[in-house]
Amino acid sequence: MWRDWNPLREMQALRSEIDHVFEGFQPGDWSRRLRSVFLPGRSARGYPLVNIYEDSEAIHVEALAPGLDTDSLEVSVKGNTLTLAGEKKPLPEVDDEAYHRSERATGRFARTLQLDSEVDQDNIDARYENGVLMVTLPQSERAKPKKIAVSVE
Amino acid sequence: MPDDTITRRAVPGQSGGQRPQATREVERYLLPAVDIYETDEGLTIVADLPGVEKHNLDVRVEDDVLTIRGQISHPQRANPAYAEYDLLNYFRQFHLNEEVDQEKIQAETKHGVLTLHVPKSERTKPKRIEVEVKQ
Repeated sequence: MWRDWNPLREMQALRSEIDHVFEGFQPGDWSRRLRSVFLPGRSARGYPLVNIYEDSEAIHVEALAPGLDTDSLEVSVKGNTLTLAGEKKPLPEVDDEAYHRSERATGRFARTLQLDSEVDQDNIDARYENGVLMVTLPQSERAKPKKIAVSVE
Repeated sequence: MPDDTITRRAVPGQSGGQRPQATREVERYLLPAVDIYETDEGLTIVADLPGVEKHNLDVRVEDDVLTIRGQISHPQRANPAYAEYDLLNYFRQFHLNEEVDQEKIQAETKHGVLTLHVPKSERTKPKRIEVEVKQ
């Protein structure tokens, strides 16, 4: 059914397929190096993963970004473009042989998002809590829905 | 069976295929991505658990199985305009091959990352044996 076709889900399925291939390829120590070559883009959709919520007052962008070096965290807005950048700190130097699992990606990232509507650039609020980055961008006055009074004769 | 396969990684938005042993109801949850490395002293386990507050983390070792649970404390909004992830509770188990000193497991969390130091028990630590060299 076309009604049920969801491109996002298709992409997720594809992505998990790719992840599986890489994970199945388990050559111990060099998988770490390989991974670092591909960083920070572990996925086609970029890092960090984001959810966007909208209400009449603001656009809320939430990103899953655990373990960031907070000094490196940068949130900027230019026009309708929001950029999230930062660095996920690597672990202290450990011999590759000592690793039993290495699944967490680390490194620098920058992700740019196009927002649907104009935002009030002077009143943007960004918070980082428990590894989740939350950015609240108030809708600009022009973008807010206007309520028009209907005069009834 | 504890999850001890490296092929399973938490992809936020996708849930794990198994459920916690202790519960009967089917529960969807995320497998947190982990790094695990070993030193002479013990294991260090680092897990990404974004959205989980310190007091909602539960780490325990029972019968050589280490269990990490994390309950999402992040307030979730409904109806995203665009979504790439779905925050669910985290759950993952590991088999510990070597004897560990449960009493001395140390845990710390920072910015959604859990770090566990699991010391080996004295018996299993490598012993340095002095070699006497006779002339």
